[in-house]
Amino acid sequence: MTRAVSAADLAPTTYAWQVRTTGLKVRVGRGRMAVDGLDLTLGTGVHGLLGPNGAGKTTLIRALATVLRPAAGSLELLGETVGGVADHRALRRRIGYLPQEFGYYKRFRVREFVEYMAWLKEVPKAKIPEAVQRAVERVGLADRADERMKALSGGMIRRAGIAQAIVNDPDVLLLDEPTVGLDPAQRLRLRELLQELGLDSCVVVSTHLVEDVAAACTDVVLFAEGRLVFQGTPEQLAAAGGPEHVGDSPLERGYSALLAGPGRNGGAW
Amino acid sequence: MSEQHASMRLIDAYARGDTGIPTDETWALEAHLEACGACRERLSAAVAAQGPAVTDLLDTVWSALEPQLAATEPAPRRRHRPVWLRAWLTPVMVPWLAMVASVTLLALLLDLGGPRFGEVSPVLLLSPVLPVLGVAASWSRGLDPAYELTASAPRAGLRLVLRRTASVLAVTVPVLLAAGWATGVMVAQWLLPCLAFTSATLALGGLIGVTRAAIALVAVWAAVIAAPALAAGRTGSALEADGLPVWALILALGTGVVIARRSAYTVLGDQR
Repeated sequence: MTRAVSAADLAPTTYAWQVRTTGLKVRVGRGRMAVDGLDLTLGTGVHGLLGPNGAGKTTLIRALATVLRPAAGSLELLGETVGGVADHRALRRRIGYLPQEFGYYKRFRVREFVEYMAWLKEVPKAKIPEAVQRAVERVGLADRADERMKALSGGMIRRAGIAQAIVNDPDVLLLDEPTVGLDPAQRLRLRELLQELGLDSCVVVSTHLVEDVAAACTDVVLFAEGRLVFQGTPEQLAAAGGPEHVGDSPLERGYSALLAGPGRNGGAW
Repeated sequence: MSEQHASMRLIDAYARGDTGIPTDETWALEAHLEACGACRERLSAAVAAQGPAVTDLLDTVWSALEPQLAATEPAPRRRHRPVWLRAWLTPVMVPWLAMVASVTLLALLLDLGGPRFGEVSPVLLLSPVLPVLGVAASWSRGLDPAYELTASAPRAGLRLVLRRTASVLAVTVPVLLAAGWATGVMVAQWLLPCLAFTSATLALGGLIGVTRAAIALVAVWAAVIAAPALAAGRTGSALEADGLPVWALILALGTGVVIARRSAYTVLGDQR
């Protein structure tokens, strides 16, 4: 008899937060700490990771994707401590990741590519066709699924990237700049998809567009120079700004208010 | 699989749509039907006998659907590269492997064409580095566009590296075998250096990244073996029978290091 629900699905959750970091430091290149002493807890929901360029957003996401190992501090994902010599095979099966520079094989068809990623993510062989079809449908690429990747537009490539990230039904979904290259209508669709995914998993979306956060996120994480500046709801972010701060919307004013706080000397930009 | 089956009375009632069945019995029956082919068969017989309304409904649905189904075209046959191949090769590796094969062919032609290199056999001289190039292409951040995605996947790690290395060897070794047979070079004379260089690439690759390891090893090979051999016009002792134990030792050492440091291959992401 085949089980519809596996034992792993029924096992009680033994962690309070999908993502928990304490004093996390991640090194980039030779000596620079791109994430420098970060304390952060993320639970179920859509978390918008905001920050200026070079704040360390991509490095943090790569560390959460277990591509980079923490240099110091601790990083717990789904209750498992990341680091050391462990290969995190079981943990990686439950993570979906869209890198900022999304690389793909140009000659692969969309379905083939997502199938290949499902294989790499150790989705059970019998479930791959179904999972791939569902992922492709969710990002609205079902009618283009048999085209080669090189024939797609930038926005479609990005959506194919999102499809490969969600193909294994991840518990932690990490999307680095998913809205780049999407037109306004697609951006709206992506926000809906994010809200849907955020109902039962932890979605981390890095972006530099404040309006993405307002529309799709339940939680904002403001991040600058490798440290946490603010964590709260979009409403709290908006409340932080006053009329004297730079910005066109309450959220933007809150953003610039928090980043212009004491001890922070921004460049000319 | 449970040995017990639903009673015919229950199945008949279920087929009739009898509302008198207790809810828990319905649940139990439905759960059982999902798993039990024999009871499903009995149910379909019962539906035909007991539930003319259900049969009528089904017939109506089918007669409405059939014209639509006939009108839709069957999905076009998709031509796919074989699925199993993707588990062994990345598309990036294909041109490299083609290059390895053509370089071997070129070396063979040089070898057969004339004694321009003195006694040096180009096939023998090239054999150690040919798989190194393929291995580098198979696990390189610079060459493989999907490297970041691969590095974050659960399947990343020594096993995937070994799979790809095996496919490189599966192409390289037969080509070299043919070339070696044509030029009359002893099999062990090129096979051992070839495998030794491959294992050394992987071992060193665990430390400094496979691409860098491949570049370093090719440089070493050019400086220590190829250049002196070409300058002297004869194959150095490294590639003669005397050198074989040394190559075997390198192969064993390389394999040992790879096994000992197997976890290093899951964190290749931070190596450029």
